[in-house]
Amino acid sequence: MSEIDSKQQGSDYAVPDERGFFGAYGGRYVPETVVPALRELDAAFREASDDPAFKAEFDSLLADYVGRPSPLYRANRLAKAVGLAEVWLKREDLNHTGAHKINNTLGQCLLAKRMGKKRVIAETGAGQHGVATATAAALFEQECVVFMGVEDIRRQALNVYKMKLLGAEVVPVDEGGGTLADAVTAAMRHWVERVEDTFYVLGSALGPHPYPEIVREFQRVIGDEMIVQFAAKGVELPDAVVACVGGGSNAIGTFYPFLREVPRERLPKLYGAEAAGLGLDTDKHGASIAGGTPGVLHGFYSYLLQDERGNPLEAYSISAGLDYPGIGPEHGYLSDEGLVKYLPVTDAEALEAFALLTQTEGIIPAIESSHALALLPRLASELGPDAHVALTVSGRGDKDMDIVREAGL
Amino acid sequence: MSGLGEGFTSGRTALVAYLMAGYPNLETSLAAIRAAARGGADIIEFGVPYGDPLADGPVIARAGRAAMQAAADGFGLSEALEVAAAFTRDPGVPAMQAPPIALMTYLNPVMRLGYAETAKRALEAGVAGFIIPDLPADEAGEWLSMSEGLDTVFLVAPTSTSDRLATVGAASSGFVYCVSRTGVTGERSQLPTDLVDLVARVKQNTELPVAVGFGIATPEQARAVGDAADGVVVGSAIVRRQADPVAVEEYVRSLSDALGVDRA
Repeated sequence: MSEIDSKQQGSDYAVPDERGFFGAYGGRYVPETVVPALRELDAAFREASDDPAFKAEFDSLLADYVGRPSPLYRANRLAKAVGLAEVWLKREDLNHTGAHKINNTLGQCLLAKRMGKKRVIAETGAGQHGVATATAAALFEQECVVFMGVEDIRRQALNVYKMKLLGAEVVPVDEGGGTLADAVTAAMRHWVERVEDTFYVLGSALGPHPYPEIVREFQRVIGDEMIVQFAAKGVELPDAVVACVGGGSNAIGTFYPFLREVPRERLPKLYGAEAAGLGLDTDKHGASIAGGTPGVLHGFYSYLLQDERGNPLEAYSISAGLDYPGIGPEHGYLSDEGLVKYLPVTDAEALEAFALLTQTEGIIPAIESSHALALLPRLASELGPDAHVALTVSGRGDKDMDIVREAGL
Repeated sequence: MSGLGEGFTSGRTALVAYLMAGYPNLETSLAAIRAAARGGADIIEFGVPYGDPLADGPVIARAGRAAMQAAADGFGLSEALEVAAAFTRDPGVPAMQAPPIALMTYLNPVMRLGYAETAKRALEAGVAGFIIPDLPADEAGEWLSMSEGLDTVFLVAPTSTSDRLATVGAASSGFVYCVSRTGVTGERSQLPTDLVDLVARVKQNTELPVAVGFGIATPEQARAVGDAADGVVVGSAIVRRQADPVAVEEYVRSLSDALGVDRA
């Protein structure tokens, strides 16, 4: 998509504003110590975005290192099984390191290099962002420290080992529930301490401004490619586009180009799958939109799982990557505006969808992506059997073998 | 009711004593702030327990967790306001010597209760102001417009550029809180060497008193900081003693004595 195309044909979708607000959501609610660093990051990001050399280096890495464009695969047997006419899978699972996360970490580590920062830190839940950060740091010769909750270290031992092999230090976080939210807090605390020589590689479309926008920019390649691929195949844009949402980086990378480039009257219906864990009627879920209220956590204002005093609640999901009590601010905005519909998916539904894709197509998806897959039968009833649906398979399921085995699949 | 600026009128470096509301329980935390007042604190900074204390080190974070667990129905902003109200009604020292009280709370509990409701209850409780570490001056317009009659203290850090110092200095009321170093709260054996320069830079950008906090744990450190700053904030070292109000009073007195002439 060229700039000219988007201006002539696209919608008027233009968030965030210059203070990082998507409607009411977003912003920069952080200790003063890191405000200067965020302003520096913002300036460096805008400068890099305007530099054709930066874009060229990023694009070349995406092509030759990540293996992009990732395929857009027509999954006929899956479509038949769920009762839809066509299902198109955007195969982020085929990326180097096995998920969409690498798009963002290459972009941010490249930005760190440009800013002269030789040390990067990251938080990780499922370990995918940690592995992807450790990978990019190895490539750019950066020192890498990854914060990971002890519960996630237990659930994702293989990724911990990979990060260590890649030369990263993995710091166990034993606060709270020992999951993603605690890892984000630990990484932010560390950043406050080492802000002068350290770049924080944030893994999802959340955090203080400008992170949500940076992550969106580096992940928009997903949706940009989909639009081009549908055109190249001579196939109309689908009726609906689906992605799973934890913090929401693969989802915003998928949705944003559609929102930006496609005129509103032709815009596919957009759906985000939130982790409903053991069910919204329990306290074991991670569905911030369906089961939360707006508030501030980790530097941004968005939907949040919180108690009546404003303390963040522990999220729960079978998927470590969706196990987060908040959601990126742009998703809060998109939900309020009615531009994206966010639907809760339970652990059990995700496991069922995991098995279905594996058995019908020979593709083993990440348990995160399985949440998106679980929406397909619902969309068949909502949109009818003639509907065409595109879905982002955000990652592959190799990391989840122990979890699905334990769950009895 | 007096503003936080009153705490800087004693003629010596002001002592800002941080204590955690509800720790180790509601009654003891009330007794502890009274003890700090008796010990000579010029301002009480009263911390509100919160589940994700991003700017706090282990001592204060643990105290906050313990406070939330100690109360059967939980402990947060509303409860801290009740303790503050009990203190301003009966500070345990002559009214003239009663230090003003500032609530130190993270932003989300304030949002959850509502800006207007928080401000209303704080005024009713006799609270003089707020310190909200994750609300930078740029994002504070709405809060400031709804909290008339209350001071809001913003923080500056060693990383703050001159234009930030000016922004923060202009937005603050009561005093400016100067964070001595990057990182979280907690005691340190050594103070940063460039602290004097930092305080001087801050003072160039504001008319308000400047208090320095983070890492100050001994009377000697307090005195050293007091040579450069208008006020000294001591937190973790007091909170460690908070379960024993007698120890709080003794320790606060030792800090107070180190800072010079007793204001009484």
